[in-house]
Amino acid sequence: MANVPGAPVSSSAASLDLETDVLILGGGPAGTWAAIAAATGGARTILADKGFCGTSGATAASGTTLWYVDPDPAKRAAAKASREGLGGHLADHGWMDRVLDRTHAAVGQLADWGYPFPRDADGCERRVSVQGPEYMRLMRRRVKQAGVTILDHCPALELLVDDSGAVAGAVGVQRQKGGRWTVRAKAVVIATGGCAFLSKALGCNVLTGDGLLMAAEAGADLSGMEFSNAYAIAPAFGSVTKTLLYQWASFTRADGEPIPGAASKGGRSVIARVLTTEPVHARLDRAEPELWAAMRQAQPNFFLPFDRAGIDPFTQRFPVTLRLEGTVRGTGGLRLVDGTCATAVPGLFAAGDAATREPICGGFTGGGSHNAAWAMSTGHWAGLGAADHARALGGRALGNGTRTLRRAGGAGLQDRPRRGAAIDAGGLTRAVQAEVFPYDINYFRTEEGLTGSLARLDRLWADAAAAMPASADTVLRVREAAAMLATARWMYRSALARTESRGMHRRIDHAALDPAQRHLLTVGGLDEVQVSTRPAPVRADPVRLDRAEAGRELAA
Amino acid sequence: MIELISPTRCTGCNICVSVCPMDVFQPTGGGRADGAAPVIARQTDCQTCFLCEAHCPDDALYVAPDAETVTGIAEDAVAAAGLFGSYRRAIGWTAAHRQNRSADQTFRLLAPH
Repeated sequence: MANVPGAPVSSSAASLDLETDVLILGGGPAGTWAAIAAATGGARTILADKGFCGTSGATAASGTTLWYVDPDPAKRAAAKASREGLGGHLADHGWMDRVLDRTHAAVGQLADWGYPFPRDADGCERRVSVQGPEYMRLMRRRVKQAGVTILDHCPALELLVDDSGAVAGAVGVQRQKGGRWTVRAKAVVIATGGCAFLSKALGCNVLTGDGLLMAAEAGADLSGMEFSNAYAIAPAFGSVTKTLLYQWASFTRADGEPIPGAASKGGRSVIARVLTTEPVHARLDRAEPELWAAMRQAQPNFFLPFDRAGIDPFTQRFPVTLRLEGTVRGTGGLRLVDGTCATAVPGLFAAGDAATREPICGGFTGGGSHNAAWAMSTGHWAGLGAADHARALGGRALGNGTRTLRRAGGAGLQDRPRRGAAIDAGGLTRAVQAEVFPYDINYFRTEEGLTGSLARLDRLWADAAAAMPASADTVLRVREAAAMLATARWMYRSALARTESRGMHRRIDHAALDPAQRHLLTVGGLDEVQVSTRPAPVRADPVRLDRAEAGRELAA
Repeated sequence: MIELISPTRCTGCNICVSVCPMDVFQPTGGGRADGAAPVIARQTDCQTCFLCEAHCPDDALYVAPDAETVTGIAEDAVAAAGLFGSYRRAIGWTAAHRQNRSADQTFRLLAPH
């Protein structure tokens, strides 16, 4: 196989060339659950992580609540109903049922594997949350024990496809050892997470939408990309975008004057509005001192910025900001075509934040909870699905003379007629950020704002698609920038098409929910981006809800 | 952002080089054999996730809370404030603080209040 165009590998750099049944891209929760499922099912499995499997991604740095609900019919019904309205009535009750079942089983496995769940005052083990470093250290250990080959610091650059268009592996760079890697595989799982546009939201700078771009280049489409404007509260100087404890915060102007309506839940847009003109300060002064120790034990990393900056967040006001978390806490991603988490392209599966979370969340999620459940569940199913796909292909699938493979990558890679210079990754990244970070474009959406942004983004794409192939030392950053650019265009094209407000998608010029738009938006394409509608799942029977129960579910 | 690697605490194991998801560190010399500390080679790539600190067995690293700017804090100041290893202790990854691994009180915060 030829080298990546424009990225010659020096003769001293080792080039890794491997064959396997299942290749998993991404080593966060979804990727590790996928790897364990595939390998336990007998498939030869390789997991390639851009960074380090065990620290990469939003979960390892943070920690997460879990959508862990006992299999009691009333509790399950309440759990499913609790976010129906917030999600814009787009979720699918069949998917929610199977995710609740699968998550319950997966969390039980975590306990069996020795995850140190806490016990309450009655001695009962409580399984509603996990600490990120602990969870992902355990998952890495289990991936290794399952016999999976882990390639750390091996970001993928593009997928390989065969003559029929089926996905057959991937190509990437070994950023610490040098040189390329090539893995021929019978099936590939995209578990590369969402896209947070290098906003420095906690653990999210690994997440630049790389897998979305690679999958789209191979022909996959996406869904729900209008639900991509999640912003999380953080200290203005810091990275810790954990929002649970801000339910105990008061929000004020710099002089201490309260901001009416400002809140973490149900008042975050008020914070965004004020932040466009002046600083917003917070103080966790609504928490009773009896709760302070529990808060520290629940979220040790929440307090790192404050302890290190010499701020007591319970008694002192500190400036806050809203960092974009894009599709990490948004719900858009690759469209799944069935319960095995297959995408529209044969041989290509998707899991976790890389796959649209609409089936269980519709158009809204907070942090953790459903997102963690989705990663555990779709990871497991995608791993099994990929292993089954590999088994069905048998021995004829690895391009060893009988099947020729080609590289599917485009922008920054492909050797086609050029008219421009190579992509400046830093410049392109800043240009994309200038379109997706501002609250008055992305949080508060209008036709005018979206159209103007898309015109600029489309021009950037035309230039990127026509650019010279990137050099070996810039190709990773160039591909990240191209992925963020593609993601931004899918987001805004979808946001323009949904002329209503639903879920987290908020149109200033269409402020109400439009019952006629209770549908899902498919989006795809690179040079030309197309949006089409598909029917939403059949609405479930109304569920009678105990209000207190619903409130608890929402808080989780 | 990652601010410093204490040359006196670091034993050159290079675990931080491996575990940093943003590939911020660069090994120098022969690693553990000669005890040479790695260098912070790509400081502005740091995403301020604090995980290098969590995984450092020698409490030799310090990540300042500032995500956008370098503070230039000195090792003496970090040591005086007791910040070396403070995250590792909080999550129970030191022998003396193992009880913190199962101290997560999130379930109390999720209850109605």
